[in-house]
Amino acid sequence: MANTLLRVENIGKRFGGVIALKGVSFAIGEAEIVALIGENGAGKSTLMKTLGGVHQPDTGQIYVDEKPVKITNARDAMANGIAFIHQELNVLDNLDVGANIYLGREPKTLGIINSSEIYRQAQVYLDRLGLKVNARTQLAELSIAEQQMVEIAKALSQNARVIIMDEPTSSLTLKETERLLSVCKELRGEGVSIIYISHRLSEIIEIADRVVALRDGANAGDLTREQITHDAMVNLMVGRELARFKLPHHTAILDRFVTVKNLRTQRYPDQTVSFDIGRGEILGFAGLVGAGRSEVAQALFGVEPGLEGAMEIGGSESFLAHTAAQAIAHGVFLVPEDRRKTGLLLDWSIRDNISLPALRRDANKGFVNRTREKQIADEQKISLQIKAPNVEARAGNLSGGNQQKVVLAKWLSLNPRMMIFDEPTRGIDVGAKAEIYRLMRELADRGVAVMMISSDMEEVLGVSDRIAVMCEGSLTGFLTRAEATEQRVMNLAVARAHEAVA
Amino acid sequence: MKKELGIFVLLVVLCALGWALSPEHSFLSQANVYNLLYQVGMFGIFSLGMGLVIITGGIDLSVGSVMALQGVVLGMMLNDKGWPWPIAVALSILLCIALGAFNGFLITRVKMQPFIVTLCGLLFYRGVARFVSNDETKGFGEATGFLGVANFFKGKFLGVPTAFWLLIIVAALMWVLLHRSIFGRYLYAAGRNEDAARYSGIGTRGIISSAYIVLGFLTAISGILFAFYTNSVSPSGHANSYELYGVAAAVLGGCSLRGGEGSVLGIIFGAFLLQILQNLVNLLGIPSSLNFAVMGAVILLGVLADQLIKNRTPRVKAAA
Repeated sequence: MANTLLRVENIGKRFGGVIALKGVSFAIGEAEIVALIGENGAGKSTLMKTLGGVHQPDTGQIYVDEKPVKITNARDAMANGIAFIHQELNVLDNLDVGANIYLGREPKTLGIINSSEIYRQAQVYLDRLGLKVNARTQLAELSIAEQQMVEIAKALSQNARVIIMDEPTSSLTLKETERLLSVCKELRGEGVSIIYISHRLSEIIEIADRVVALRDGANAGDLTREQITHDAMVNLMVGRELARFKLPHHTAILDRFVTVKNLRTQRYPDQTVSFDIGRGEILGFAGLVGAGRSEVAQALFGVEPGLEGAMEIGGSESFLAHTAAQAIAHGVFLVPEDRRKTGLLLDWSIRDNISLPALRRDANKGFVNRTREKQIADEQKISLQIKAPNVEARAGNLSGGNQQKVVLAKWLSLNPRMMIFDEPTRGIDVGAKAEIYRLMRELADRGVAVMMISSDMEEVLGVSDRIAVMCEGSLTGFLTRAEATEQRVMNLAVARAHEAVA
Repeated sequence: MKKELGIFVLLVVLCALGWALSPEHSFLSQANVYNLLYQVGMFGIFSLGMGLVIITGGIDLSVGSVMALQGVVLGMMLNDKGWPWPIAVALSILLCIALGAFNGFLITRVKMQPFIVTLCGLLFYRGVARFVSNDETKGFGEATGFLGVANFFKGKFLGVPTAFWLLIIVAALMWVLLHRSIFGRYLYAAGRNEDAARYSGIGTRGIISSAYIVLGFLTAISGILFAFYTNSVSPSGHANSYELYGVAAAVLGGCSLRGGEGSVLGIIFGAFLLQILQNLVNLLGIPSSLNFAVMGAVILLGVLADQLIKNRTPRVKAAA
């Protein structure tokens, strides 16, 4: 740390009776990338929100260039050179790129927005980031990764000296992630500092100069560049030795318990997908975001019905679900990618969420069987160890990991034969991840065919018994556990983009 | 339950005020109470249907026009054609159900916005009503052959108007449907988060459509009551903007236009509140031109109070 750019000292914050931060200190120098890690609820967001002026700290002081400052709103943060890139992007997709970058600070001539000036200046920042996008392009036409770059361009145009990135890669593909990481390094080369918040430890290993870990609202320890390893970070976060996803694997049982033949999805009508999953097997689906994996899952589950194709389970008649109800009747269940939007009714209690798919089965002449639904919810809460005071707690108030368990609990009482997990651990902290993996393995051991879509390489390699790789709507290959390496998966995932595979 | 309690307290306060301020305490006179129950019955029945639709996150603006169309058609079948009343009444009910089903179809299958679909219905059915009747008022004055049924709908049982008895029956059925059946649970789920409901295996389109069909049916029941109550149907004025009474009752009773919230008891209280307000405007000698202003103000205050309470809740929780 040559010159300390931003420093917080002894920041404390309480919300009512809950102490979110109990005296956290933290500093970042010029041209430095500091990774901030910690389990969900460790206080990372609260700490960052005090820098953004969203929360006022109860105790402690923020220093910029070693001068005490007070940040009460986003404008103050910006004036001090602090910019945010949030997990959910903060862009207006009905405007063009230039308008987004200069929103609220439009250069004006005689009170009228000077558009050509906007586009000219915006283009400078876009070029600087190596983004091959015209500033006049409508934002809606850009990919998520490009939109994120636009946000970074906006931060640069505001002369940001520290950019805080909160889980920036959670919806990026592997390739886009690499691109973002190299942009981070370039920015560092230009003297910009970055506070990088992520659950993806391999990214941190790649770019961070220093790691600051939080646990239960307090500093848990720092790591210098040389000390940064996967295990060291996990230990700091959880405060205990945690077995690195050491799941017992099984050699794939190739009994074709589930077979999917010639499935064509609405998104890729020219491609067909065929595969099978053995009883008790976890088949990982790797690929870039947009490779068509979620579309396969949604087609099998009947929520975005496939155009053509058929599946069989355990020698059943072949079928193609046109509604989720049909898939459910065949024992095919989906734990969707976006649990807050499609997995749960956030305002509802845990009990009501869990019982929803089973209501009809348990109904007594059309009436809700309230005793039974409470009983099932209680059972699931205990067996999945859902952390909540009781099953009447609002699902939206739970942590990501516990929300995911509730989604899982919806299906477990229904006797699954095939479970599809779409990005099962996105935004879930390390401890809860391990629990989800354990639950998946238990399901497989009970004879359920498990299909797991994941963009987290570590997860795909660590959890799957066999890996299917997709690229642009078609399956480009299968890898057994022994064959699978990061390199091989990546090669298949970009097969179509790089080689002309027939 | 908190919401219902709040509006119930408001109701009691209004009644007390009405009793205290009305000349000779006429608010609680037998005639006034009877009249009040009659009105609450007629407005309450379709308000329950409107509540159902609002719980799905939708709205139906065509209710008043549908009632007008139903009214003139009923008048024409009974008076002009002289058809037997069971057939005429049944056909008029079927008409309303069919129009509800059509709304449901456009909203769930064609995926049009409920506001737009039913706004067009509001204009279209009113126009049709005026056209088929040549813009002439259809009366039931020289009732022959259907006097019995007219008297039944206008009549009373144990001193309570038939309309109110019907409301009680409908409310009881709706309570079971909404709060105890799986259909009700599905309806709340579809209204709160249609995607999550669909991903749980619920046929949300069918569920939402059926809410519009139920509203169609209840509109028909209310419509018959109104037609016989006014004893004549003027195609341009009959049941004008009644849909808004339904929306107001539902919203006052705790339904959220975002969907997924509301209760039968709340909607009934809401319907009571609206009618009591109107009644008090008359009794207390407030200029009747202020009628709508009073109603608008009270609805706004009611929803505002609810919002203020809601905004305060998180802080209370955090402090606990």
